[in-house]
Amino acid sequence: MISIIFGFFGGKIQEVSAAAMEEPLHAAELSLKLLGSLCFWSGIMEVAKQSGIVDLLCRLLKPLLLFVFPALRNEEKALGAISMNLSANLLGLGNAATPLGIAAMRELHKISGFSSAATKEMVCFVVMNTASLQLLPTTVAALRLENGAERPFDILPAVWLVSACSLCIGIAAAKLFYPKGEKE
Amino acid sequence: MSTEIIVPAAVAFIAGFALYKKVDVFSVFTEGAKEGLRSAVSILPALCFLMTAIGMLRQSGAVEFITEIISPVAEKTGFPAEVIPLAVLRPFSGSGALGYYEELCKNLAPGSFPEKVASVLMGGSETTFYTVAVYYGAIGIKKGRNTVPAALSADFAAAILSVLAVNLLQR
Repeated sequence: MISIIFGFFGGKIQEVSAAAMEEPLHAAELSLKLLGSLCFWSGIMEVAKQSGIVDLLCRLLKPLLLFVFPALRNEEKALGAISMNLSANLLGLGNAATPLGIAAMRELHKISGFSSAATKEMVCFVVMNTASLQLLPTTVAALRLENGAERPFDILPAVWLVSACSLCIGIAAAKLFYPKGEKE
Repeated sequence: MSTEIIVPAAVAFIAGFALYKKVDVFSVFTEGAKEGLRSAVSILPALCFLMTAIGMLRQSGAVEFITEIISPVAEKTGFPAEVIPLAVLRPFSGSGALGYYEELCKNLAPGSFPEKVASVLMGGSETTFYTVAVYYGAIGIKKGRNTVPAALSADFAAAILSVLAVNLLQR
C-alpha cells in the first residue's frame, strides 16, 4: 500500500482522493451485485453436487487438476469445486465463475485449517483464474465485429495459444515464487 | 450470438439432470444459496479496502508512469505502441481496459497488426488485481505468498506472447 504514496509525486492528489471516496462505494456495489449471482450460482452448484454432475466433471478434469494440484488427491470436495469453476471459465460464464471460484477457495481454506496465509494450492488456483481460460472471447469478438472486422473470430488460435502459454507460465511462477520452508 | 444459449442451457441441464436423479431441486438450491449469501457478506470488508487501494493506485498516474518506462523497451521488441497502455491497464481495471480497447478498435484498421495484438491480449488475459482481491477477500487471506508477482508474470508473458502469436499465426 506504500505504492499509493507515489501518486502524490505525480501531482494527481485530487484524483487519488476522489478515488478514495468513490472506490468503497464501488466495492459495496460490487458485493451487492455479487450477492445475487453468488446466491444463485451457489444454489446451482449445490444442485449439481447433489445430482452427481460435479463428480462427473471432476472425474473428467481430474488428471489435469492433479497435475497442478498434486496435494488435493484425496480432497474430492475441493477438486469438485475447482472443476466447476474451471468449466464456467472455459464456457466464458464470468458471472458464474466468480461465485464458484469463491466456493472452491472456501474448500481450500478448510483444508488449510483456516490459515490466514495462502497455501500453494490457493496461489495456483487464483493465478489460474487471473489468466483467462475463456474458449470464446465473446466481448472482444462483438467489439471487433462492430468495428468492421470481417471475421471477428480469426484471432482464436492466437488467443488460445496465449492463454495456454501464459497459464502455464503463471502456474510455474506460482510454484517457483512460493516461499520455501513455510509449510504450515 | 449462439453463445447466449450457454447459460440457460447449462442451468436447464443441471436442473433437468437433478430432477432425473430425483433430487429435491428447490430445497437443495436454497441451501446452497444460503452458503452464497454468507460468502457475499464476508467479502465486503476486504473488498472495500482492496478496491480502494487499487483505485487510488490507478488514479495516481502509476499506469502512465509504467507505460512511459517500458515504452522504449517494448517498441524495440516490435510491440505496437498503441497497445502498450492496454497491456499495462489490463491487470488493474477491467472496465478501464475495455474502454481503452473499444477506443483502439474504433481507431485502428480492422485486421491490422496492432488491432489483432490488442484483441488477442484482451481475449487472453484477465483483471488480475480484482480476481486476487475477491478470492482472497472471500476467505480472509492476509498473506498472499507472492500470488500477485506470479499472476503478473503470467500477464507479462501474455503481452509478449500475443505479439508472437499474432506474428506466427495471423500473417
